Amino acid sequence: MGTLFCDRVRAIAGVVFQVVLGIVKDAVRQGSTRLFMRMHVLMLIAVLVLVSVFAFGIGHSRAEAMTCPRHSLPQYHGQCAALATFLPGLVVVALWGALESPFALILALDRLAETPLSPLAAAEGHFLTAEIQALAAGHGSRKDPALMMAAQHYAELRQTGFVLMAVLAVGASLGGWALAWRRLTPACRARNSIEHALKIFMILCATLAVLTTVGIVVSLVFESWRFFNHVSLMDFLFGLEWSPQMAIRADQVGASGAFGAVPLFAGTLLIAGIAMMVAVPVGLFTAIYTAEYAAPRFRALVKPLLEILAGIPTVVYGFFAALTVAPFLRDTGAALGVAISSESALAAGGVMGIMIIPFVSSLADDVMIAVPKALREGSLGLGATRSETIRHVVLPAALPGIVGGILLAASRAIGETMIVVMAAGLSAKLTANPFTAVTTVTVQIVTLLVGDQEFDSPKTLAAFALGLVLFVATLFLNVIALQVVRRYRQQYD
Amino acid sequence: MTYRASNDPPHGTVGAPRVEAARAKLTACNVDVFYGEKHAIKDVSLDIGRNEVTALIGPSGCGKSTFMRCLNRMNDIIDICRVTGTITLDGEDIYDPKIDVVHLRARVGMVFQKPNPFPKSIFENVAYGPRIHGLASGKAGLEEIVLTSLKRAGLLEEVKDRLHAPGTSLSGGQQQRLCIARAIAVSPQVILMDEPCSALDPIATARIEELIDELQHNFTIVIVTHSMQQAARVSQRTAFFHLGELIECGMTEQIFTNPLHRLTQGYLTGRFG
Amino acid sequence: MTDTKTSSLVPSAVYDRLRRRRAAERRFRFYGLAAVGLALMMLVFLFVSIVRQGYSAFTEHVITLTVALDPAVIDPEGRRNSQSLSSADYQRLVRESLAALFPDVTERAERRLLFGLLSSGASHRLRDVVMREPARIGTTVVIETPLDDDADRFLKGLVSPDVPESERRIKDRQIVWLKALHAGGGIHNRFNTTLFTAGDSREPELAGILGAVVGSFYLMLTTVVLSFPIGVAAAVYLEEFAPRNRFTDLIEVNINNLAAVPSVVFGLLGLAIFLDFFGLPRSASLVGGLVLSLIILPTIIIAARAALKAVPPSIREAALGVGASKMQSILHHVLPLAVPGIMTGTIIGMAHALGESAPLLVIGMVAFIVDVPVTPLDPTTVLPVQIYLWADSAERAFVERTAAAIMVLLIFLIAMNALAVIIRKKFERQW
Ligand SMILES: Nc1ncnc2c1ncn2[C@@H]1O[C@H](COP(=O)(O)OP(=O)(O)OP(=O)(O)O)[C@@H](O)[C@H]1O
Ligand SMILES: [Mg+2]
Repeated sequence: MGTLFCDRVRAIAGVVFQVVLGIVKDAVRQGSTRLFMRMHVLMLIAVLVLVSVFAFGIGHSRAEAMTCPRHSLPQYHGQCAALATFLPGLVVVALWGALESPFALILALDRLAETPLSPLAAAEGHFLTAEIQALAAGHGSRKDPALMMAAQHYAELRQTGFVLMAVLAVGASLGGWALAWRRLTPACRARNSIEHALKIFMILCATLAVLTTVGIVVSLVFESWRFFNHVSLMDFLFGLEWSPQMAIRADQVGASGAFGAVPLFAGTLLIAGIAMMVAVPVGLFTAIYTAEYAAPRFRALVKPLLEILAGIPTVVYGFFAALTVAPFLRDTGAALGVAISSESALAAGGVMGIMIIPFVSSLADDVMIAVPKALREGSLGLGATRSETIRHVVLPAALPGIVGGILLAASRAIGETMIVVMAAGLSAKLTANPFTAVTTVTVQIVTLLVGDQEFDSPKTLAAFALGLVLFVATLFLNVIALQVVRRYRQQYD
Repeated sequence: MTYRASNDPPHGTVGAPRVEAARAKLTACNVDVFYGEKHAIKDVSLDIGRNEVTALIGPSGCGKSTFMRCLNRMNDIIDICRVTGTITLDGEDIYDPKIDVVHLRARVGMVFQKPNPFPKSIFENVAYGPRIHGLASGKAGLEEIVLTSLKRAGLLEEVKDRLHAPGTSLSGGQQQRLCIARAIAVSPQVILMDEPCSALDPIATARIEELIDELQHNFTIVIVTHSMQQAARVSQRTAFFHLGELIECGMTEQIFTNPLHRLTQGYLTGRFG
Repeated sequence: MTDTKTSSLVPSAVYDRLRRRRAAERRFRFYGLAAVGLALMMLVFLFVSIVRQGYSAFTEHVITLTVALDPAVIDPEGRRNSQSLSSADYQRLVRESLAALFPDVTERAERRLLFGLLSSGASHRLRDVVMREPARIGTTVVIETPLDDDADRFLKGLVSPDVPESERRIKDRQIVWLKALHAGGGIHNRFNTTLFTAGDSREPELAGILGAVVGSFYLMLTTVVLSFPIGVAAAVYLEEFAPRNRFTDLIEVNINNLAAVPSVVFGLLGLAIFLDFFGLPRSASLVGGLVLSLIILPTIIIAARAALKAVPPSIREAALGVGASKMQSILHHVLPLAVPGIMTGTIIGMAHALGESAPLLVIGMVAFIVDVPVTPLDPTTVLPVQIYLWADSAERAFVERTAAAIMVLLIFLIAMNALAVIIRKKFERQW
């Protein structure tokens, strides 16, 4: 068993060596500085891996050679040594990756401040950083000597920084290894350490779910806050005019754009309302049929088929709405003498309704199936017909679940993006007429962000404010829906 | 070693819950177990003698399984379960925080009421324990452990030409013997068996009982059973539990022929209350 | 059925009422059936309309040209190095060879119309031939090159000649030439390989989905590499280790809610954190993969927890009983048994990610990119975004290609879902 492991370690080391060699060759051939840097980091990590593999192999064979009874299997001792070797180095690399570039920049800018600067450059503040970085990477456009010097300094700083870091990382790794070496005794609880490390990793992973939410909330709130420095909250929430197009020159009239989001809210509600008007009746009656009337085999066939509707990518629905349904509605309207715009709310809402049918029907079907048989039999035994039983007994009993499903579907409709982006248009009109074009919150988020984004223009920031509204609204619906459904589940469990 | 009249209130244990210190493998002192608020084991003190079979009997829900699971800290995995008192294995407190439960469970193995082979091959089922404890050196050593364990569990003859068939393809009785083989492959010192025969027919039961007879030369065995005959057949000592209390304990012959406590009498004769 | 016989004992009012109730029952049942029918019809209609619009994109018309490789045009100085060869005026050669077929077309406007039948890709084809075999300079070669998209659409019958000439892009003269070429065997219809071997292009007849497919592949790869281990680790912790307390309850509620947050919001998160804060490259599949991993993480966690929960406790006890640690019992026994369930959930999550486009638009993965990406760090588009971009294009010929791309996307999705179903069926285990 021992020789087998050593062979394997040697084989792995060989492969790693090949990879490192390949990277070096590549880096030499490519010659670009940025790539070189990246390759260097990869190489460094490869070296750390290599050292850890050796640490594993040696730890393993040392543990195997122990004569007195040992607490853990040799493999755990090996893993322990490898982990103790790899982690410190990785931490150093990660810290460097996060900090080196800003740090070098600060130093380079300091240097720049010492030199007499061309007044033009001094006026530009933070544009300098981008220029320095570009120059250092070899594709800057401005050949200001002071800037060039700063850029060179910056590049040199990064080079030395990298070398220092590499030494530090390898040193940390070897230090870790040394500690692990000393700990490697028969009594060492290597398995417990490894399991502990694994458990910490798991906890970090589980925390990521919370971090995602925190990330969403923080980024939305932060950017929205910046937006509300430009536009007042009241104007945003209650303003009736939306025209975010910024003037090109600052002295033009209406330079700041108008950010009254009411037309967007109205458009969103109109389209979502149309979608619900399609999805709720069709979904509910579908659920009633599959849960109450259909034979089990029919149900087993139809339910997955319907769920396909929810699995089709929304971009496909967008295409269908924009290129099939909308022209059809427009032509039909023209034939009937009704003016239907070719980007009507009706087309987008109708197609969205088709998409969310399964959201309503699936959950409604589940909860209706879960209504106890005794209730149904009680009603049928009184001489009620099936439809009367359904209407007076089953539906009321299943109501919370059904409402939950409808709320989830509504949240889905409000947050749906591609269908409306492709089929609903951009005109922010305040109207309840389903035949005209309206725009929605999600459409505007996408429109505001497509193209060049500057992170301090209100136009870009407005997207985050809209995103915040969307997040809060859907979260509200989801929380209520999940709560209602959970209540319902408890009732019959 | 107190003697009580049979109509005494059931406080404290009658009979002989203790054995000589030298013969005691496991010693439980004033053990209480709580499941949340529920007091499942009440102040139980009991010795398990070395290389003998101790049977735990008593009505359903009286805490036999709970007590047995204390002996290898299987109760640790139940969140709400709390154990107080001391239990020692060869004089070593098994609830000492310094004790590694994993090592403890390797020394005190367990066979469960329902056979629960891993959904792997017969070989892998038995080999798993030795592998994780690093008991075997090399493939040959592992094979030897597996074969001897299967042999001692009386299963080898039946499965020797299909060692790589899934363990779940065996019959219930064979599965249970596989679980016993799996338990003894780790060379534990104590084997806990919680109603090992409850899912088996009389023939399979008889085989397991023979097996227990053989195993007791090398292992200390604790068995929970609902069958009085089984307890009488396989065990040297018997402990009778009732509502979480250890009512009576003593030599099996004595308990079955001449129970001291009213409750024991009632239970053995099928009259209760 | 006794009540159908009108008994004198039953007052007719009751009888009428019964009949009305029966009718209501039938109506109600009919509504249900109609709803099912309607929903299924929509599904069928969706598929049919996409296939109807897209099937024609799987073939293309190519024209066979005999081109004289005149050394005086290609390489007048006779240097024959790759630079001079690659910058030669191949367009002229191609056009001359087409003009040779219609010697009577001499007027400039007419000649322009005639050359309009050729795709601008023709000269690239010719260049490729010459670059590959420079020795053929001076001889004539026969090349097949795609027609212009308008000519192609006409030959496929997608443009009616009855429409007034001013309203169609293909002119009457061109139609005459096309018919002549077609009759003479100079044009034939074949499987559209361009669609599957080219990246994006402004010219519909040169545009393909390979770049998008490779981009999608890298995107999926990053997504699964990131989200699978993290999702499984989180699920194992929550299901097997986590104590029941406020914090784990919070995580639980969180995961359920995250699964229902609109995907465009995740796009905003990606924009603010990955692009703005960390400065990762725009349009790279790596960044898209990061965002998509966050989106499907809840799906994977929920599926993995369900799969872990389905493994019976007796297996855990068996492992603990022979002295395995809790972690060992999970890693050696519980997790392997839960793998099929986890895989099923992951594949379904991946299928969702494959069709996702809104967050990618928000993080700016909508650039027009011709090159097929080589690494996950290269700028790229992905299939759904390619569909979005093409659906937005003015050329009618992009519509059929969009529908064809949708068909390819749907085939991938169907394959993934089928795989999930197969895994579930195959490894379904009744305990
Ligand atoms: N996980 C648990 N949580 C809460 N209470 C429990 C748990 N396990 C057992 N109990 C309670 O503890 C008491 C003793 O249970 P135990 O399983 O030890 O009984 P038993 O003697 O083994 O019964 P049986 O012969 O039916 O197996 C019972 O009242 C039972 O309800
Ligand atoms: Mg029990």
